[in-house]
Amino acid sequence: MKSKNIISNTIIYIILILVSITMLVPFLWMFLTAFKSVSETTQVDPFVIIPKVWKVENFSNVIKAMDFVRLYANTIMMVALRILCAIITSTLSGYAFARLEFKGKNLMFALVLLQMMIPVQIFIIPQYVMVSNLHMTNSVLGLLFPGVVSAFGAFLMRQAYMQLPRDLEEAARLDGCSIPQTFYFIMAPLAKSSMIALGIFTAVFAYKDLMWPMIVCPDNRATTLASALAKMNGQYSQKYPELMMAALISCVPMIIIYIIFQKQFIEGIATSGGKL
Amino acid sequence: MKKISARQKSEFIWGWLFILPTMLGLIVLNIYPMIDTVRQSFYKTGDFGKGNVFVGLKNYEKVLGDSEVWQALWNTVKYAIVEVPFSVVIALLLAVLLNKKLKGRDVFRTIFFLPMVVAPAAIAMVWKWLYNSNFGLINNVFHIKVNWISSPSLAIYSIAVIGIWSMLGYNMVLFLAGLQEVPRDFYEAAAIDGANGWDQLIHITVPLISPTIFFVIVTRIIGAMQVFDLIYMMIDLNNPAWKKTESLVFLFYKYSFEQSKKGYGATVVVVLLIVIMILTGIQLIGQKKWVHYS
Repeated sequence: MKSKNIISNTIIYIILILVSITMLVPFLWMFLTAFKSVSETTQVDPFVIIPKVWKVENFSNVIKAMDFVRLYANTIMMVALRILCAIITSTLSGYAFARLEFKGKNLMFALVLLQMMIPVQIFIIPQYVMVSNLHMTNSVLGLLFPGVVSAFGAFLMRQAYMQLPRDLEEAARLDGCSIPQTFYFIMAPLAKSSMIALGIFTAVFAYKDLMWPMIVCPDNRATTLASALAKMNGQYSQKYPELMMAALISCVPMIIIYIIFQKQFIEGIATSGGKL
Repeated sequence: MKKISARQKSEFIWGWLFILPTMLGLIVLNIYPMIDTVRQSFYKTGDFGKGNVFVGLKNYEKVLGDSEVWQALWNTVKYAIVEVPFSVVIALLLAVLLNKKLKGRDVFRTIFFLPMVVAPAAIAMVWKWLYNSNFGLINNVFHIKVNWISSPSLAIYSIAVIGIWSMLGYNMVLFLAGLQEVPRDFYEAAAIDGANGWDQLIHITVPLISPTIFFVIVTRIIGAMQVFDLIYMMIDLNNPAWKKTESLVFLFYKYSFEQSKKGYGATVVVVLLIVIMILTGIQLIGQKKWVHYS
């Protein structure tokens, strides 16, 4: 029995390690290519795996060419504003949907659900027209625009409040707390973990989004990392080290944050994604 | 008449005030745009600032007769047919393996989930380079010469492989969450009865987490039908596989924002919505046969 267990565990480890290699090789290849010279990337005999001389200057060249400082600032501002807006509006509405009784609630919640099931592309043309009429193209406000509220966030926070016990609220009410006081001092702090989950979910999807920043911020100085990569992809078609360096610069900070907060990331996405 | 208590009145006022920001936002940012997109699909976009012209169902007639739209629908379906089943089945198997008490479990989970936190734009750039027919890692390591992304018959499947690679970890994490709910004694009882790992998977795990599997399949199909980033990044205008890889959302983007034919773009996206609703509807009916809610 014991030896059988060892064999099956070995097989499991072999499978898991093979899959891990498949997941990691693209990142490793991106890293190695980012420090090669162009000639090293375009020779096949011998095929170069590790750069002979690590061309660190690729980094400064790419940063200069694409102004990554600015791209990062734009992306961070967009993500931060979207997180802030989504958490504030969704916590308020999620609480009301879960815990308050008022006429019209069910109809309004049906509108929230309807909106969650519809592919986002259907909103994009009119959203773009609004942004351009408001003269918000090529600005952070334009990037924020579709993320001011979140139907998914309202749904997630409602779920969170449905699961909380009612006793605390009742006690607060008997002590003479008004509804906004109860919400602000008692119920909002209780939903912290769901707020974090919503924040992570919002951040990941905002940072990854490509179409919206391409449409509203075509200007290189105003756009996000993802959209700048798309532009570079078209212009630098043969300069593989530069392209890989740009991809590396755009994803390494996110990967580091992910590795530090992996538990929160995975659980945040799992709890919010699982309820979608 | 029933007397309204002070509490009821206060819940009514505060309830509406609390949902007001969300509802206002949704009406302006989603409900109105949705109606407007459907409206625009009945209009031909005017050239050079001239007003839009109402054309009734003409756009829809044109879409139904447009071979490029049909080809894009077919490309999208091919992508989904490869991406969804593989990313779901492999993720489920990995989740079952990782659901055991293993050393390094969290490390594997972290690695598999990694593509989820990287922008698809960056992922596509790396894979395009891996797939490069002359200098790419794949062809040079295996000493083959395959045109992964420039062969019209192969390209969409090569892109679907990237989709599988990207979604594995995400699906797996959702399955792992589902597996937490399955009581351990089910497996112990089955093991005493002599059931092997495969029997346990088919007869215990899959039925017990069928709601999670159903949820993942439904949302993954919706996601796969909207594939855009990977294709936009992988395929250049001069790629011979261009026509065989364009997805519906890609066409929507091209018509609406590159060619400024917003009316026609709106029609394409309404068609996409209808296709997604039909696919989801079929699954909702079909689930009764295999999804077990406890």
